Amino acid sequence: MAQPDNYGFGEEAALLKESARKFFSEKLPTAELHRLVASDHRPERDNVCHWSPGLWREMVELGWSMLAVPESAGGVGMPVVAVAGLMEELGRAAIPCPLAGTVNTSYVLAACGAGGEPALAELAQGRSASLAITGADGSWSCAETGVQCKDGKLQGTAWFVQDARKCERFLVSANGPAGLSLYWVASDAPGISIAPDTIVDLTRDQARVTFEQVAATEVAANGQAALNAAMPAIWTLLAADMVGAAEWQLQTTVEYVGTRQQFDRPLGFFQAVKHPLVDVMVQIDQAKSLVYNAACAIDCEPERALQYAHMAKASASEAAAFASGRSVQCHGGIGFTWECFVHLYFKRQKHSQLLFGDAAWHRARLADIVIGAVA
Amino acid sequence: MAEPQKDSPEQAEFRQYCRQWLADNRPPDPVVRLPLSALEIMTEGQLCYLQAWQKAAYDAGLVGCDYPREVGGGGRRDCQRVANEEMLAARTPFFPNVIGLGMAAPTVFYHGSDELKRQLLPRLFSGEDIWCQGFSEPGAGSDLASVQTFARREGDKWVINGHKVWTSLAHFAEWMILLLRTDKSHKYDGLSYFVVPIRAALGKGVTVRPLIKITGETGFNEVIFDNLEVEDRYRLDELGKGWQVAMTTLLHERGAGELQTPRAGGLKSEGSHTTNTGNLFELLRTSKRDGQPAAADPLLRDRIMQQLIREHGLAQNQRRARVPALLDHPMRLLLQNKLLASEISQDTAALALEVAGARASLYLGDDNAPARGQWPLAYMNSYGMTIAAGTSEIQRNILGERVLGLAKSK
Repeated sequence: MAQPDNYGFGEEAALLKESARKFFSEKLPTAELHRLVASDHRPERDNVCHWSPGLWREMVELGWSMLAVPESAGGVGMPVVAVAGLMEELGRAAIPCPLAGTVNTSYVLAACGAGGEPALAELAQGRSASLAITGADGSWSCAETGVQCKDGKLQGTAWFVQDARKCERFLVSANGPAGLSLYWVASDAPGISIAPDTIVDLTRDQARVTFEQVAATEVAANGQAALNAAMPAIWTLLAADMVGAAEWQLQTTVEYVGTRQQFDRPLGFFQAVKHPLVDVMVQIDQAKSLVYNAACAIDCEPERALQYAHMAKASASEAAAFASGRSVQCHGGIGFTWECFVHLYFKRQKHSQLLFGDAAWHRARLADIVIGAVA
Repeated sequence: MAEPQKDSPEQAEFRQYCRQWLADNRPPDPVVRLPLSALEIMTEGQLCYLQAWQKAAYDAGLVGCDYPREVGGGGRRDCQRVANEEMLAARTPFFPNVIGLGMAAPTVFYHGSDELKRQLLPRLFSGEDIWCQGFSEPGAGSDLASVQTFARREGDKWVINGHKVWTSLAHFAEWMILLLRTDKSHKYDGLSYFVVPIRAALGKGVTVRPLIKITGETGFNEVIFDNLEVEDRYRLDELGKGWQVAMTTLLHERGAGELQTPRAGGLKSEGSHTTNTGNLFELLRTSKRDGQPAAADPLLRDRIMQQLIREHGLAQNQRRARVPALLDHPMRLLLQNKLLASEISQDTAALALEVAGARASLYLGDDNAPARGQWPLAYMNSYGMTIAAGTSEIQRNILGERVLGLAKSK
């Protein structure tokens, strides 16, 4: 199948992206975001989950949480390119909310066949969810899990569960009778305990989720296949978030170096500052182009989706790292302080870089496809 | 990869026509070894073959499609892109008159008199007149506006003295686009822009001397003007507007102009070896490290993937540049083209030399050289690309200032 030249990014997608940008900038401008999530600077701060459930409810009412739920399951069924536009804007505003987890879960459930339909129907009604699919050593291969399922009961611990305290459902990978399978549970089901991680990123929460004889519904016996099918979309949308965040970092830094004067000139006059910021732009644009290419491949050219998604996540991770470094460095002393907003994005980007595989991990997988696996 | 943008009815019909014509009119195989690109044409034999091809393509309507008929164009709308795509797909040879097509034509078109357009453009499109560009000087490189070549007015004529360098194709050129100074008291507003018939003046005020490149090849020159007389009607735009005219030239040179440059394939020659990662994979398959396949080296694998990703990124930038909803600034991607294309192929060539290991020491003409020694050639030539047409450093200034709005360096 061939991709349309405009990535299939039509009027509806453009409208969604534009309205999301406006919505986030009005509802949670950066200064308010900082007040919301960065009120306590102490490294050993209390593990409070800072977010705005009210804002999330508005997003749900706008239908954004069910964009990736197929129409057949009562969702909106938007193409991945359109969802990528929304995620780019979410990243630009660094909004703390369970949107990524919910969307990611939608893609996995959609790959589960009939077993996923009841869960998808819940998402279509506005429920939020997150994936509990990672083991203690943080491997992104999705083949390992610290959870078992015996007689329909989950037992064990899932690690690095994103936005665990914001979501209402978990999609859990566990070793069951048929191997690695997927299970659906309410996040407040009896027997579940959520132990929050202390993390660097102030715009997300993450936790270890322990299951003690928790009754759960199996949604897919072959969990690995469903996870593999959804991974290109998950990587691509995370990359879109990073692209949006990196653009914020670029524009904020450009504004600063245009204002701040040293040696009687704005900092941006000096090529030692100007050229690296151009390189930030170049890396963002490369990542952004690859994000929409990957998203479009998932929609229209599935046979290439995996390799394009690896490219997108690898590229976005590099762009995020570089943009983060330059944003702090070019702000000079003030960039090193808690009061300057760049640290919010610096930390969010660091989290995104390693989440679901860093750049080198994705390039290694890509090489296996393009060059061939090494025996 | 992506399908071509959806054609208008005119484009669809024209595409069919191009496809058919190209199928029926394949140029004969060259008897001479063709160079890597038009800028490396060294012999009359190479030039004649490529000129015959450009003339045939022009006569068939595949060159200058979007220019008006009155100036020798095809009078079509957004069809050059279609012809280019079809010529690329047909793997035709490239056109020899690259500076004419890419830089002189749009500049003459936007700034020349009607008389000049009618006189110059048809023979430019057909390739009968080869063009060269007189911009850089020994003392004016990145700071182009400091050119010192001077035209003194004498009646309705101008008398030109000066020294231009890095002048590709000057040894074959009939015409030169020439940026010079008509007023020494104003740096930018003292510049004017001429088209000059240099071939007719060889030995009579114009001297062309070859410069030898880092690769050992010839192909570019220095041009010395010694009291060359030029008629005033060969001036483009007003006196003192040379800098603005030069910006039109440079915008098109960097692939960011309004008019699409006619571009043919460039394959079917020994120089078809391009610095893309596809060719790098071929080298990888035949290379070893410590007796093991080089393809198994995790560091090489990672770096090759970095290059592959950059190459795909550039291709996708070019695609995204035509999707306004995914663009924050109209020039942002276009102005990155030259910088990225040149730096990516340089880095790919450098990586190829590492992959080849000891065999990378073998140059053109050595029977044991991988890809006949094209990789070291490509690596050295790549510096031409990162230096010419505004160095990478100048490109970063332009991007920083025009797109990001940072304070100007000059």
